[in-house]
Amino acid sequence: MASKKIQIISPFSVIVRKEMADHIRSWRFIVLMGLIILTFVASMYVSLSNIRAAIGNANDPDHTFLYLKLLTTTDNSIPPFHVFLSFLAPLLGISLGFDAINAEQNNGTLTRLMAQPIYRDNLLLAKFVSALIMVGALFLVLTLLMIGGGLILTGVRMEPQELLRILGFILISITYVGFWLSLSIVLSIKFRQAATSALTAIGIWLFFTVFYQIIVNLIIRSFLPDPSFLTQDQIQFYNEFILDLLRIAPNQLYTDATTTLLMPSVRSLGPMTMQQMAGAIPSPLPFRESLMIVWPQVSGLIGATVACFALSYYLFMRREIRS
Amino acid sequence: MKDPIIKLRDLTKCYGSQRAVDNLNLDINKGEIFGLLGPNGAGKTTTILMMLGLTDPTNGSAFVCGYNATSDPISVKRKVGYMPDSLGFYDHMTALENLIYIARLNGLPGKGNRTRALEIMDIVGLSSSMHKKTSTFSRGMKQRLGLADVLIKQPDVIILDEPTLGIDPSGVREFLLLLKRLSKEQGLTVLLSSHHLHHVQQVCDRVGIFVKGKLLAQGNIDTLSGDLFNHKGHVVSISLSEFISGPWLPEHELAQWETIKNININQNTIEFECTQNITPALVRFLVEKGYDIISVHQKNYGLDDIYQKYFENDN
Repeated sequence: MASKKIQIISPFSVIVRKEMADHIRSWRFIVLMGLIILTFVASMYVSLSNIRAAIGNANDPDHTFLYLKLLTTTDNSIPPFHVFLSFLAPLLGISLGFDAINAEQNNGTLTRLMAQPIYRDNLLLAKFVSALIMVGALFLVLTLLMIGGGLILTGVRMEPQELLRILGFILISITYVGFWLSLSIVLSIKFRQAATSALTAIGIWLFFTVFYQIIVNLIIRSFLPDPSFLTQDQIQFYNEFILDLLRIAPNQLYTDATTTLLMPSVRSLGPMTMQQMAGAIPSPLPFRESLMIVWPQVSGLIGATVACFALSYYLFMRREIRS
Repeated sequence: MKDPIIKLRDLTKCYGSQRAVDNLNLDINKGEIFGLLGPNGAGKTTTILMMLGLTDPTNGSAFVCGYNATSDPISVKRKVGYMPDSLGFYDHMTALENLIYIARLNGLPGKGNRTRALEIMDIVGLSSSMHKKTSTFSRGMKQRLGLADVLIKQPDVIILDEPTLGIDPSGVREFLLLLKRLSKEQGLTVLLSSHHLHHVQQVCDRVGIFVKGKLLAQGNIDTLSGDLFNHKGHVVSISLSEFISGPWLPEHELAQWETIKNININQNTIEFECTQNITPALVRFLVEKGYDIISVHQKNYGLDDIYQKYFENDN
């Protein structure tokens, strides 16, 4: 029956629509959007003023990819956009999700909402999806604007590969935001106070961006034998090991993935032996190969997102709703 | 005999070792207004949450409109309108927007939503302020909007948790009359919880007294007070103009009356416990004896006394 089908589908889309309207009207989202646009414009400005030198540099195997260069070129005064994003994306995810559930609970709207014939997971999913749609739209608009602007300014034709890489970059960025979003939703279920959940989320973010590397370095250094007594293979092993440890941090995964996608000449994310390097021509990899390199990173990010989301389901589904 | 629309069987909820609701059995019939009466922390809200499937019972089951609330909460929520004790609305939206959002969540067809929402705003008396943001609403207005919220889904059963909390007396009266009218007009079953006896007394067909997770008594107010009368009998207290000191002579004479069970004398007030209503006879007797009566008070048991009695037993 058609009418029955509508009834089943609609509550979810009703919530999504309402959540998106809330986001658009909220000052929080406007401020964040302003922040992202500002960094985007700043990094575009820097890269545009250096693009001539970057394209003319024949030693760089990537110099033919104008649009990728637009995203990654910098004169070291400010970091390129994708590095900026590795800092800002968590902030975006956290601020869109930290009060997803507890604000509703504190306002007493959660009880009212749960008394309606909707499934509980619909609410969680709607909160997640609506924020991701907003973020995705924002990123897509920005990059499309950049591509359009580049086309008008330079008149250079765009390679299909470039478009794929840029779209891949956007997808990974959205996944990255999605991870922080689902983490902050978990915290918003766990903690009654929005401030607590926001602080905890920011704490986790700071830990991974600032302290995690320091701690890993400290611990490894105290365990690591003197490198001068190690064989080449052992050094290789330890290097891999340290990198693997660092890759527990989601921002490391994100930086790895985006760097590989935006710089086609990146062949490996770990150290390479001389045998592997021998005979390699410094030339850009095809899109498929780059994707193969970053696939573990991407699946790691998706895995972490799904794990957080599953945890939020677990916490929320059988929870007693009281205000 | 019709099947009861709300059927609770051995419903139990434990928090740790504490039993918040203890083996509750309750039937509520269609079209009835039932008052769940009890002090704070008696387990009223927990019971209501279990009826809606918002909390899982430790034991027993709750059937509402024929659906099991624990295993099929969605079907129950389609039929039941619930107004929680602490109402919250989305503050950045207007009252009408809040109402339409709920209507949409209930899968009501989009076109008729607005007209229906306007109708309901009219019923609850919020037409003039429905375009205001709910953050500006007073407690009483929120309560009305909460009722509108409940009505828009066209429920069979309305469950109200402490609906009279925090509104002024005239507001309470209006609210309850509105509720009663709606229940009669639309054949709604209403379950309302409260710790305010007088509010419940005004509208409820039947009352359940609920203390420490147990339903101590249920029935309409007459039966409940009838129970009390059987227990204690009729009480008449008569005050005289002069103080009674020492033995009061007519006491012996009165003690011969079969209908009088007990006489208490306290300064100038005499309290008679009788098996029947013999107030006129008592007054006539005292007047003939030459006593000046300044007041006669025949005790009627209201909910207060009923409540008091069950609480006394409890404590």
